[in-house]
Amino acid sequence: MAKNIKLRIWRGDANTGKLEDVSVEANEGEVVLDVIHRVQATQMGDLAVRWNCKAGKCGSCSMEINGKPRLACMTQVANFKEDETITITPLRAFPVIKDLVTDVSFNYKKAMEVESFTPPADLKPGQARMQQIDVERSQEFRKCIECFLCQDTCHVIRDHEENKKSFAGPRFFIRIAELDMHPLDMLKNRKKKAQEEHGLGMCNITKCCTEVCPEHIRITDNAIIPMKERVVDIKYDPVRWLGSKIRKREGIL
Amino acid sequence: MSEKIQMERHNFDVVVIGAGGAGLRAAVEARSAGLRVAIICKSLFGKAHTVMAEGGVAASMGNVNENDGWKVHFRDTMRGGKFLNHYRMAELHAKESPDRVWELELWGALFDRTKEGKISQRNFGGHEYPRLAHVGDRTGLELIRTMQQKIVAMQQADKKEHGDAESYIKVFAEVTITEVLKENGKVSGVYGYKRENGVEVLFEAQAVILATGGVGKTFKITSNSWEGTGDGHALALKAGGNLVDMEFLQFHPTGMVWPPSVRGILVTESVRGEGGVLTNNKGERFMFKYIPDVFKDKYADNEAEADRWYLDQDNNRRPPELLPRDEVARAINTEVKAGRGSEHGGVFLDVSKRLTEEVIKKRLPSMWHQFYELAGVDITKEAMEVGPTCHYVMGGVEVDPDTAAAVGVPGLFAAGEVAGGMHGSNRLGGNSLSDLLVFGRRAGAGAASYVKQSQPVKVSEGSIKNAAERIAAPFKRTGGENPYSLHQELQEITHNLVGIIRTKSELNDAISKIADIRMRIENVTVSGDRLFNPGFHLSFDLDNMLLVAESTAKSAIVREESRGGHTRDDFPTMDPKWRTLNNISSFNGKEVVVKQQGLPSMPKELFDLFDVHELEKYMSSDEMAKGGR
Repeated sequence: MAKNIKLRIWRGDANTGKLEDVSVEANEGEVVLDVIHRVQATQMGDLAVRWNCKAGKCGSCSMEINGKPRLACMTQVANFKEDETITITPLRAFPVIKDLVTDVSFNYKKAMEVESFTPPADLKPGQARMQQIDVERSQEFRKCIECFLCQDTCHVIRDHEENKKSFAGPRFFIRIAELDMHPLDMLKNRKKKAQEEHGLGMCNITKCCTEVCPEHIRITDNAIIPMKERVVDIKYDPVRWLGSKIRKREGIL
Repeated sequence: MSEKIQMERHNFDVVVIGAGGAGLRAAVEARSAGLRVAIICKSLFGKAHTVMAEGGVAASMGNVNENDGWKVHFRDTMRGGKFLNHYRMAELHAKESPDRVWELELWGALFDRTKEGKISQRNFGGHEYPRLAHVGDRTGLELIRTMQQKIVAMQQADKKEHGDAESYIKVFAEVTITEVLKENGKVSGVYGYKRENGVEVLFEAQAVILATGGVGKTFKITSNSWEGTGDGHALALKAGGNLVDMEFLQFHPTGMVWPPSVRGILVTESVRGEGGVLTNNKGERFMFKYIPDVFKDKYADNEAEADRWYLDQDNNRRPPELLPRDEVARAINTEVKAGRGSEHGGVFLDVSKRLTEEVIKKRLPSMWHQFYELAGVDITKEAMEVGPTCHYVMGGVEVDPDTAAAVGVPGLFAAGEVAGGMHGSNRLGGNSLSDLLVFGRRAGAGAASYVKQSQPVKVSEGSIKNAAERIAAPFKRTGGENPYSLHQELQEITHNLVGIIRTKSELNDAISKIADIRMRIENVTVSGDRLFNPGFHLSFDLDNMLLVAESTAKSAIVREESRGGHTRDDFPTMDPKWRTLNNISSFNGKEVVVKQQGLPSMPKELFDLFDVHELEKYMSSDEMAKGGR
């Protein structure tokens, strides 16, 4: 059953590095993370890779496999041709620490900038009543495992370090959408802030984020587009614009 | 790397080791009490093993069946643990878990709903009523994300009030702690290193909360991630604490068995809760043969009644697929050994015949995804192959139930899977997530009141020097063994000799083999340098796993009975004498020593919650005559 496959793995740190070729055994049913672990145990004891659950639930083993952002634990070796060399590189949008491990602190900084869940001040424990159909919209976004593949693939920041300051990225657009659609969240103007403070307008809906999402969250269709539509609706409809000025109804945004 | 190693120094009131559910809940509580808290995790923030919990969190809110309440939950928990639980922990847990779940909702959690709009609750093994609050089959992710976001919310509030988001809570991701430091018998801090670059870190703190989770990686087939290496268990032992009943390990009955690379990955008990049935290679629904006497009045002995239960739970007994996990795991093990297993050494679990494709994808979405992507099996159309996998350790740090303070080490606390006593000899599904909320909160509060009442102790230079030498050691050695191969060897020993069915001779063999690895580990050598070096990291995890394996083997050999997560082929039944005894492991600097200690007995008001005929199955006539304390 076992056969040898060829890998080309990026080795190096923040300053220097190169692709190294290795040949390693692969067994039936194995995923790319399995063969990386075998390389680690037998050939490169200090090969750096992040992983945790190995079941597609924690979002730790994000990397680029043949240039595509993927979870190594959910990528079957059998998907590649027998004589194909599988090239494994770290996430391109983030600075490399070592080998396949990158510094993803950008995402934690952005998480800190999204205003938190704000329930009604007088809501008592156990008293919330919500219908299943109303929680499901936000539940889709709460499936996010924070693998940051959507952030990695997003061309607004992938090769544009300068945009990182003003752009939160798809992961945080679904976080804002989740709170905006949360039946108990009372904070107003989330969509407006997404546009004005988190860079929603820089997204030009190429749907790359949706394509790489291992949880199949419809990031663009269900979070980004609805928020953009509402923002545009209010901003450019002259009657509603006037209404918002006269009656101070900015809260509906 | 140069000889001169840098060291960072931090000062906090409380250090929480572990950022899973228990650790985060403890941190929230300690911060709420006004303390400065460091949260330390081996992985990135939000990746802890809690994300893997699927089925739900057990809390007797009574949203689906109003007959439920804390007393019923308490009884189920004691029954599930075969009455070896610390009664006080089981009592606090049953009483407080509804509040802990409701509080999550105020922090933003979105549980699935009932028709009336309340939190929905599902059936699970060993729970008399539908009790598990859930979010599809990704409840653990919801818990961890909710608490992660609660921490962020508290940091945002601190930024507004104090100008610095990290003034009261700071998260240190990807840090390994190698030692709990003590001066004059009291905790003074912890020492470790940053995984990213090997820079050493000293945290001075009066109180340390262990929330490091389980020990699964000690075993070959496990549902645990790489982090489950018993770090907290080992840190407590080395700091002078005790471990209670380390022989009790839960082998979850349903792990994946094929393909080999996913062997052990969990298949949630919700599959059975939602109607999944277990069959052998003859198509026989075998669980009817394995209902033990103590459960005969609660479980259906025929298919017709078991099937009716899904529609009418008041007038039918439960299907035996929903027996506590230890019973189901042993049954599967027996079927496979008798040659009635599936092609790859498991049995079949099928939910496709009872539920439609749409319902399966809605209620068990991640199971569908997991089998489809990793095994090429469509569970809406065909059966899954499943078998036992090492899932949870019931044993753990001996603590005071009310404050979670570790016995014998002032300033040390433990909560969640790393703590022992709560689950007795076997944990019910769903009781883990509620455990970590209830006792996470109690540990945070316990540490806060300890800090307010005691004086800080200064970490001595000698302690720092010793801890630093230990971290530097693997690079100074040459010609020793590689940590990966030693780890594999340890896993073979535990799997083959300390596994699901145990005997005296095999346990003796295991103890001497573990002692041999203990000698060889002194020589482990790692390649490369300190920059994010997994081999270097494993060399410390390995030391922890070895202490855990030694405690487990030495406790298992003295407990001459079978109960819950400890099955002795040579002592196949429960012995009432052993129901009153805990095995206490301690470490004398060279090896683990196990001694027996009396289990605290229930006060009368808890004793009286049970039917005497049920207690008679577990307790001696002397105990029955006393009728509680």
